[in-house]
Amino acid sequence: MNSQNIIRRSATSSLTPAPQIRDHQVEVAKLIDVTTCIGCKACQVACNEWNDLRGEVETNVGVYDNPRDLHPDTWTLMRFTEHETEDNGLEWLIRKDGCMHCEDPGCLKACPAPGAIVQYANGVVDFQSDNCIGCGYCVAGCPFDVPRISKKDNKAYKCTLCSDRLAVGQEPACAKTCPTGAIAFGSKEDMKELAATRVAELQERGYDNAGLYDPAGVGGTHVMYVLHHADEPGLYAGLPKDPKISAVVEGWKDLLKPAAAVAGAVAVGAMAAHFIGVGPNTTDDDHPDGRSGLRPEDETDTTEAGKVTNLPRHAAE
Amino acid sequence: MAHKQDQILRTKFTERLCHWSIVVCFFLAATSGISWFFPTFSWMSNFLGTPQMARALHPFLGIAVFVGLCYMFKRFVHHNMPVRSDSIWFRNVKSVLLADHSKKLRIGKYNAGQKILFWLIMSSIVVLLLSGLVMWRAYFAEFFPIWMLRLAILAHSVAGIGLILLIMGHIYLAIWVRGSITGMVTGYVSKSWARQHHDRWAEELKAKESEKA
Repeated sequence: MNSQNIIRRSATSSLTPAPQIRDHQVEVAKLIDVTTCIGCKACQVACNEWNDLRGEVETNVGVYDNPRDLHPDTWTLMRFTEHETEDNGLEWLIRKDGCMHCEDPGCLKACPAPGAIVQYANGVVDFQSDNCIGCGYCVAGCPFDVPRISKKDNKAYKCTLCSDRLAVGQEPACAKTCPTGAIAFGSKEDMKELAATRVAELQERGYDNAGLYDPAGVGGTHVMYVLHHADEPGLYAGLPKDPKISAVVEGWKDLLKPAAAVAGAVAVGAMAAHFIGVGPNTTDDDHPDGRSGLRPEDETDTTEAGKVTNLPRHAAE
Repeated sequence: MAHKQDQILRTKFTERLCHWSIVVCFFLAATSGISWFFPTFSWMSNFLGTPQMARALHPFLGIAVFVGLCYMFKRFVHHNMPVRSDSIWFRNVKSVLLADHSKKLRIGKYNAGQKILFWLIMSSIVVLLLSGLVMWRAYFAEFFPIWMLRLAILAHSVAGIGLILLIMGHIYLAIWVRGSITGMVTGYVSKSWARQHHDRWAEELKAKESEKA
């Protein structure tokens, strides 16, 4: 992977696409097996280490989530959910939250800064922070509530899927460090196969609804989950069941934008045609040869004005 | 020229100052806004230096426009209330557009089209201000849910594009109607200009003058 493998670039028209010619790379994916995760947070630490992040130390608020939320300094976060089953059992559902690296990224669609968000041929969606202007549109575009804007530098941050490690043939830091093997990394095809094997195992053990989370609404993702309750992803700290780019964002980009372009062009064209057709609207007294001169001395009330009576008067200042 | 016999003071100094300050702020806010709505025009954010600087300054420029328009509203609202004779202008909008001045249209200080422009500008700036505050990432956006941010961005875009189209029309009509721009720069228009484009206003001024005399 190198910088030439950018196949999608924010704020770039389809008429002037990002480089397409070398798009033959294997698509990669990270597979997070939620059923094998023990919530040790080694992945969080590895992420901070590799990416040189030092989040502020917060106070305990009575839950295991630490820090409390994703942050410009926290690109991945274990979210803990205590789920009571129908037979009064307890399931501790732990989901490693972070960027899902959508095939059809809402952040990239919404971003107005050219090249601030890119997608590589291998599927990684990356923020190029030096191009970021800090408008926060990516926050509105994301169906997973992932990007965070830093108060220090007004720039957006999120998981890069360790694009710098992938570039030199290494796996992401979180996958490298996971002690239970809950995070696997490889080609998307291989990861789907691995997931299928694991899902079959889980179903054999009584998790009838076990399945792979690779939501089609965003074209699939390059971070996927194996869930025991794939029918209810919302159980896992509100993982959306059918994530899609919001209809509001789509309307803004796919309807309003072209409509506004047409309106602008029509307006300019109409004004130019009007000026060419009618010519400047000069004051008759300044141009005695002008047509239809109206002099104060020949004011006769033969016009429509005569029909209107009792007009309110507005004295000029 | 300011005190020549055939000149009328149409726009006072503070009003002109306010108008041209808004022009500067609105130009910068609108061009940076266009640079984000149509990224093909992303070069437009360079009027403010860099795209990052544009993002930082755009909201403040927008607020300056809002403040300026508040003053405008106070000064001009009573001239922009609808009156029954506005219907004459509407019925004769074709001859207005063809620069046919043969009919007396009983136009006050502002014609019906200008009044519509006034109210549309005022309503869009309110939408722009409210939605702009919600989506202002550096200070306020974090306090609102994401669905509200999305709606705010959409509303801001609709109102922004609408206002820009209105102002394009405003600029064109000022260029088209000769004497208007001089009127807004110097404050003065000729009496014949007033009679031609704002006949009722000219009459009212005349009546006022003879009252004084």
